[in-house]
Order: sequence, then C-alpha cells, then structure tokens
Amino acid sequence: MTGGAPTRLALRGIRKEFPGTVANDDVSLDVLPGEIHALLGQNGAGKSTLVKMIYGVLKPDAGTMLWEGAPVEIESPNGARTLGIGMVFQHFSLFESLTVAENISLALDGDEPLARLAERVADVGRRFGLAIDPRRHVHDLSVGERQRVEIVRCLMREPKLLIMDEPTSVLTPQETDVLFGTLRSLAASGCSLLYISHKLGEIQALCTKATILRAGKVVASCDPRQESPRTMAELMIGGSFTEAHREPRPPAGAPRLEVAGLATETGAPFGTEIREASFSVHPGEIFGIAGVAGSGQAELLAALSGEAPVADAAAIKIEGRAAGKLDAAQRRALGMAFVPEERLGRGAVPPMSLIENTVLTGYDARSLARGPWIDRGAAKREAERIVGEFGVVARAPEAEAGSLSGGNLQKFIVGREIGQAPKLLVVAQPTWGVDAGAAARIHAALLALADAGAAILVVSQDLDELFQLCDRIAVLYHGRLSAPTLASETDSQKIGLLMGGLFEAAETRHA
Amino acid sequence: MLRLEARREPSQAMVFGAPLIAVGLTLLAGSLLFGALGHDPVTALRVFFVEPISTANGLAELCLKATPLALCAIGLAIGFRAGVWNIGAEGQLVVGAIAGGGVALLFPQGGSAGLVGLAALAGAAGGLAWAAIPAWLRTRFNANEILTSLMLTYVAGLLLQYLVIGPWKDPMGFNFPQSRTFHRDTMLPILLEGSRLNLGAPIALLAILAGWLLLSRSLLGFQVRVVGLAPAAGVYAGFAPKSIVWFTLLLSGALAGLAGAFEVVGPIGQLLPSISPGYGFTAIIVAFLGRLHPIGILIASLLVALTYLGGEAGQILLRLPIAATGVFQGLLLFFLLACDFLIRYRIRIGGRHREAAP
Repeated sequence: MTGGAPTRLALRGIRKEFPGTVANDDVSLDVLPGEIHALLGQNGAGKSTLVKMIYGVLKPDAGTMLWEGAPVEIESPNGARTLGIGMVFQHFSLFESLTVAENISLALDGDEPLARLAERVADVGRRFGLAIDPRRHVHDLSVGERQRVEIVRCLMREPKLLIMDEPTSVLTPQETDVLFGTLRSLAASGCSLLYISHKLGEIQALCTKATILRAGKVVASCDPRQESPRTMAELMIGGSFTEAHREPRPPAGAPRLEVAGLATETGAPFGTEIREASFSVHPGEIFGIAGVAGSGQAELLAALSGEAPVADAAAIKIEGRAAGKLDAAQRRALGMAFVPEERLGRGAVPPMSLIENTVLTGYDARSLARGPWIDRGAAKREAERIVGEFGVVARAPEAEAGSLSGGNLQKFIVGREIGQAPKLLVVAQPTWGVDAGAAARIHAALLALADAGAAILVVSQDLDELFQLCDRIAVLYHGRLSAPTLASETDSQKIGLLMGGLFEAAETRHA
Repeated sequence: MLRLEARREPSQAMVFGAPLIAVGLTLLAGSLLFGALGHDPVTALRVFFVEPISTANGLAELCLKATPLALCAIGLAIGFRAGVWNIGAEGQLVVGAIAGGGVALLFPQGGSAGLVGLAALAGAAGGLAWAAIPAWLRTRFNANEILTSLMLTYVAGLLLQYLVIGPWKDPMGFNFPQSRTFHRDTMLPILLEGSRLNLGAPIALLAILAGWLLLSRSLLGFQVRVVGLAPAAGVYAGFAPKSIVWFTLLLSGALAGLAGAFEVVGPIGQLLPSISPGYGFTAIIVAFLGRLHPIGILIASLLVALTYLGGEAGQILLRLPIAATGVFQGLLLFFLLACDFLIRYRIRIGGRHREAAP
C-alpha cells in the first residue's frame, strides 16, 4: 500500500473509551520509516490517549496495531521499548542527584560498566548533535540539557520510533533549532518520529506529514509544508477564526504597577528565587515577560499577586501605593486581578460550581456579597455572563469547575478576572494548553482590556504569543529580569539569547 | 486482580443514599451479631432501636442525648470542612462543664433565673479557651492540631477529677468525689414536665440552623469551604488561612464547651468525675455520618443518640455488654466510610496491571 519501504507503525480503527467520553474513535494512521509525523489537535482531541496506547500505557478497546507489517499487542511500556518504541515525555523523569551516565544506566537492562556506557553516551551525543557530558550531575544541567539526556536515554536503545510530547515548551528558540537539527538527522538515519505539538509554526518547519485529530477522530492528514499555520489551525478547530493583532506602542502615563529591586525569599525547594526585577506597566500597555520554564516565573507571580508577600513593601507599587506586604485580597481592592498558571486548585476550586468559583475572587469587585452574606442571585448572573461572553462550554453554571476541560476552565478564569474591570491584570500563561480557537478569544479579550486603558502583565513561555500581544518585553533568566525592550525593536532571536542568559556579551553565565 | 477506578462525577442520589445504605448494613451486621450471641435478632433489634423511643419520655431522652452530640458535631463539621481536625471536642466539653459548673457552684443559693445563662456563657468560654491552645500551637508552631487537641482531652479529664476530689468536693457528700448539687436557678429549665428534656435541645437546633446559614450563605463559610477544598485557591483569593484555623477551632471549642455546661446544669446537676460517655468523640462519627452538612448532622445526632439509648436498653433487658453501643457506632462509621469510598470509586475485577511511565 505504501510502495517501497514497509510501514513502521500502522494503526487501524483504534478506539478507546473512558467513562462518559470516547477519547479515540476509528483512528487509523501510518508512520513510515524515517518520517517525522506530526500529531495535531486541540486539547482533548485524543492525542495523548493515542500515544499512550502506542507506548503500552493504555490498551485500546478495539482496532489493531501493525508494527512493521505484523499485528502486535503492546502490553506495557516495557513491551513497547522491546519493539523499538521510545518516548520522551513533557515532564522529565531523571534523578537529580545522579550523573547523566548513572541515570541512563538505570533505564537500560544489563550491567554494562559505567565507563563503557559513558563512552557510548558521548558517542550517541556526537552522532546526533546532543552534546552532553556523561559525568555531570543532573541537578547541574539546564532544562534543555536535561531534555537531551532524556532523548539520549531513548536513543541508547536504538529505537525505530521515537514519540515526543511537546518537546519545545522548555526550550529557547536557539535550543529548539538545535533540537530540530538532531531530530532531522535521526530521521535521516531511518528512525521514525511521532511529534506532538500545538505550535503550528514548528510543525511546519519540522514535519513531513501531519495527522489531525478532532474529538477523537482523524479529520485530515496533510503535508504541513504545503499548508499554512492558519489552515492547519482551522482543520484542528473545524472552523475559521480571526487572529488578534496589535501595533506595539510605547508606555505612557503614570505606572499602574511599579516593581523596583524586587527580590524574593520564599525558601521553596527547587524554586528559583527572584534576585533582581525592576519594571513598570502603564495604562493601556501590555507588558510581556519571557523565559524558559523554571526561571523564577512562579516566584515572581506569587510576589506580584500577594500570595507570597515580600519583605520590602516599596518593591511593589500598585497605583503608586506600596503593596509588597499586602495579601491577594488587599491587592485586588487596589484594582488588581490575577490569572494564575494552575487552574485547578488555585485559580478555581475543582469541586465547587462555577457560580461559587465566581465568588472566589469577585465577591468584592463584582458586589457578589451583601454584608457577610453571599448574594447567590448576583453570583449566578455573573457566572452566566462569563460563560456566555467567553463561550465556556459547561453543562450549566452549577457545573463543577473540575468537570470542565482545561481550555474551557481557562476561558472561565480569564473571563472572571477581566469581568472585574481591573486597572491592572497579571496573567500567567494565558493560553497554556488551550486550543487555537480559545486562545484567539482570550487574546482578543486581553487586547480589548488594554484598549480600554488597563495595564496588563503577561508572563508566558510562548514567544509567538508575547510578540502578538505585547508592547514591551523583558526576559527572566535565573531570577534576574532583563531590561525591557519595545517589541517592535527586538525579535525572537534576540529574546532567545536573553532566555539563554546572555544579558550582555561580557556577562558570564549564572549557573 | 481488583482495580480501583475513579468515577467521573459521584452520583448525586448516592451522596444522600449512602448514609441510608450504611444504616441498613449496620442493622444487618448487628442482627447477625445478635444471632451469634444467641439472641433472636428481631427481638434484639426491637429492644435496641424501637422500644427506647416508643414512649414520650423515650423521645425526650433521645433529644436530651442528641443535644451534646449535635452541638459538638456542628462545630467539628465546620472545622472539618476547612481541613482543621479538632479531635479534642471531648476535652473542650469537659472544660466547658468545669467552667459552667464552676459558675453554678458560685451561687449555691441561686438568686435569679438568669444565672443559668451565665453558666452557659462560662461553659462556652471555657471550651473556647481550651481550643485556643491547639489553635495557637498550630498557627504559631505549625503543631498538628489532631495531636494537640486530643492530648488536651486527657488533661481536661484529669483537671475535672482533681476538682471534684479536691477543692470542689461537696463537704456534705460523705467524701464521694462529686460537687454540691446545683441550685434550681443555675439549672436549665425543663421543657416537658416529667421528663429531663431541657432548653438545651432547642438551642442545639438553633446552633444547627446557624451552622447551615454560615456554611451555605455566608462569605465566611464560603472561605472555610474554599480553604478546606483547595488551600492554594484560598491563598490566591486572599483568605488568611491562619484566621480560618482560629475561627474554626474557637467555634467548635465554644460549642463543645456549651454542650458540656448544658450537661452539668441539665441532666446531671452537679460535677462528677466523669460527665460524658464520650460525646465529644462520638460527635466525630455524627459529623461524618451527617456528611458534614448541618441537616445531616441533625438526623445523625438523633440516630447516634438512639444507639446510646439502645445500648442501655440492651444492657438491662438482654444483658448485653455496654460495649454493644460502641460496636454499633463503629459499624456505622465503617459502613459509611465504605459507602463513601464506593461513591467516588468503582471496583473493576480482572483489571490489567498498569505500569508507570519510565
């Protein structure tokens, strides 16, 4: 059916049901040897379920899998690895206190001496451009280097199919380019790749084939090089959407948020304390903070939101008032709103209804309480308004927040905070794990809020998003914030260098 | 292989059905137990659960026993909702009894019918003060309130014993370890002539109503629930977790103290070395049996009060040991927790072994 080379992996009519949902329905696809095959889809389209079945974590309810032409049943990840299937997860599973070689040794069967293994690791690294010193300890490595260890660990078993789940979310643009070089040379050596991502630009640059899932079904397959990110996004969501656009403008007016010499001391294990951050956000401005994951974003956001007040009250000024020691509710009273990165358990209480989750932060700003009593009618109207305005798909305003999909809950939380008409909005990862349609809606709402005169701070790891939204951008690296630059005067290459810590050519890297 | 699988959303009907099923299973297991002990199960169950409440006086006794359970349980439930585990209601109840009884002993000649109100307030203040200790230890040193509140229970019990053996012993009491009997003015008025039912019962009902209003309608109750369900969301919203710890511990302590005062200025009428058959501990069962919901607690407190009455009847009529009461309460809690678990999870038989990701 495919001519010359036998198909590496073929899925035929794969179906998987979970209580209440069909995650995959009649999914068929072919992965050829040496092919970089993209798996595309919105959140909840069934990508993760599908690869979990290929990797033996889940078992399909129906359908067949053919491995190099022969039907197989993959019982476990171990079985998958024996066949020659490797997987690099979004979240790493490395022991911090061990060396690279020790970590890799743990994943391999047999008792190869560490010294010989280290040589092989270095050799594999050289062949695929994954420079890594096998004797270094993992806790010393940057996130990008840790990912290389994960990949090398898979490559040591000489896989015939490598599955990668959102590998670039932790990488700078430069590191991404290096990774793509590696993946291309891997493919050239005959290894097939199944690549999951929602960054359409990357898929276009890297992949030679794409299978698009929507609601558990294959809706299209295409050659990404023949498509535009827009056409692929439309295939994903099954409709058209308009992308928000904004002309960057310089800051004007008295700052709504002024951060001067901010340093944190949360003492959280494995955290990255803020060592120095100074910036200001002005009315009508969208200010972006870029940085790879774990650069201190969580600590900066907790200090700004009031969840972790700082010792120096004047380090954070909201509307000119020293706010460093205020808690989250007191800062809200000054006109601030905040969308945190974690939706469940922080931005929303999972077992509570959307109505009650509206009250969580809106009781004061939206007058959802009369004296000590909650005004349940007003809360319900407010929840209905948010659901309607932001197209939140929910059974009813009474639905538990935990029953919503990630994207819908994000729309709800963004809608709730914007609905309070804040003078200052701090948003973390506004479209993290959100499908293209919902992302466009959230972006449009943020732009409208800025046009109405609010100051907005966006912390994101998605550079495309920052360039699309922001007037000025600064970069966080190991707890230090770079000087802000106008978005119109920089580009993703320059920001990428800052994300890697090159604040000034003369400055040495901070470990 | 047995495998547990989380249900998507717990069935609403089962959330309310589970306590009923648990009661049914308790009766079933209880009748098997009676059978094994050589009693006719039907007769035994009737002695235990029907006869005690077949007279007006029986019903009055039921309400009398349910009063301290309900008062303690409503306070505990509000704390449990916030994830604050006060296990020491028994100790707070005892200190409340000491404080309330102490006020009553101050007025051996009576004086005004309002004195009982003073005794009740003193009881609440005593329980509150006793609960303030674990609250301070928790907020200041992050000491686990389960341990501290439980240990303070034994301190309270010994304090009471010391008082009735020592300084507060009735000089005319033939050296028995008990205080003087209280004056009529310092005792709760009887509601039903010929029974022991007193004003405490309607006050407990009011407390349950107030608890319901607090939890379901007030902003403070909302904060309590948020902090219990998702502490990080509480911090995100700006609810001070320490204030919630203080509030819930002081509230449950005051209510338990009130219950203790009501016992001594109610049915007991003096201070004795032991003034509670473990109401403060049993209230934990009541709180969970009532699903930490005020209305549920009202029903559960009556039900558990019935096990106390049934235990007494079983002792007298069937010569069953007093332990039968504890067995019934234990069975009830066991079945309730089991039913609860099965609402959230289902058991799959023949499930496949799952391997974790590497």
